Amino acid sequence: MVSASSNPSRPVAGPAIDAVAVKVLISGGFGVGKTTLVSALSEIVPLRTEELITELSDGVDDVSGIEDKSTTTVAMDFGRITINPELVLYLFGTPGQDRFWFMWDELARGALGAVVLVDTRRLDACFAAIDYFERRELPFIVGVNCFDGAQPYDVDEIRAALDVDSFIPVTLCDARERASTKELLVKLMEHVMNTARLAESVPAQQARSSAPT
Amino acid sequence: MASRDEVWFDDAAGPLVRPYALTRGRTRDNRYGLDLVTLVVSVQPEVHERVVEPEYADLLWGCEHPLSVAEVAAKTNLPLCVVKVMLADLIERNYVIYRTGWRPVRNTPDMDTMQKVLDGIRKL
Ligand SMILES: Nc1nc2c(ncn2[C@@H]2O[C@H](COP(=O)(O)OP(=O)(O)OP(=O)(O)O)[C@@H](O)[C@H]2O)c(=O)[nH]1
Ligand SMILES: [Mg+2]
Repeated sequence: MVSASSNPSRPVAGPAIDAVAVKVLISGGFGVGKTTLVSALSEIVPLRTEELITELSDGVDDVSGIEDKSTTTVAMDFGRITINPELVLYLFGTPGQDRFWFMWDELARGALGAVVLVDTRRLDACFAAIDYFERRELPFIVGVNCFDGAQPYDVDEIRAALDVDSFIPVTLCDARERASTKELLVKLMEHVMNTARLAESVPAQQARSSAPT
Repeated sequence: MASRDEVWFDDAAGPLVRPYALTRGRTRDNRYGLDLVTLVVSVQPEVHERVVEPEYADLLWGCEHPLSVAEVAAKTNLPLCVVKVMLADLIERNYVIYRTGWRPVRNTPDMDTMQKVLDGIRKL
């Protein structure tokens, strides 16, 4: 767990009970910097919560025999940004092991969007996350975590290697830097809104094109 | 809720077992559709702690101020599925109130909320 509160000067008073709570996901392969990114932005030291998974089933529907070896836990880290007492944003790091799809579904349900972090030394580690968000039609952007600035590829090369749509932003970042991670979240929200506007205009266009002439 | 004199497991069974006994394995129960970012807050925990099991009392104090279900789970060190069931029990008795997190509605994006989130991040 990352300690040392990143923003000691920020007030940590929580939301009001009637606040709107939204979440975004910070995803990517094992050890790519998800927890580091959450710590850089969160007003609280990232918390960890666990869910129990029974290996045999697809969910946690049967934990009656918890002494059973087939029950494992999956952990996720998360942080919080209280935008104001009426609006609170949670940042959830997805579990490093992408076989826990049950947990991904719970995380993705109601999420605004996701940042997929990639490490260019292990590009393939993020494919599962990208596939998942594409399938679920959850808007996402790609953040290329430049460990110590060592970045031999440019954005276009990375985009081509990942085979993501040209509409999806691919941005270099430093998961430890608050300014850089903030920029990433701004890009994500702009992309989320662009995607929403596009989705809104599609039914209108269809209605127009199918209107009798 | 299980009454206090029901013995389900002995002490050696580990710290997780008692919450399971309390929830009677009702891990699938989701009466109120609680999710990770549902906000919960307890009502008069100092009054209601006296009439519930200690684990439930911990939960009441865990959400003395409004917090997400995920934060309550992290604070109390209980798995999410257990916390959800226990919170639902407390909601049923009106000891806890809740507010469901934001949910997108298909084809009617909540641009207003999205804009507020964007503005909020820009101001960080
Ligand atoms: N030099 C450098 N190190 C980084 C950067 N981002 C993360 N790290 C380090 O990389 C390691 C892994 O980072 P984490 O944030 O724990 O990665 P994670 O994705 O949460 O890992 P898992 O949850 O285990 O999948 C840690 O030791 C970080 O300190 C970076 O931008 N530069
Ligand atoms: Mg992590």
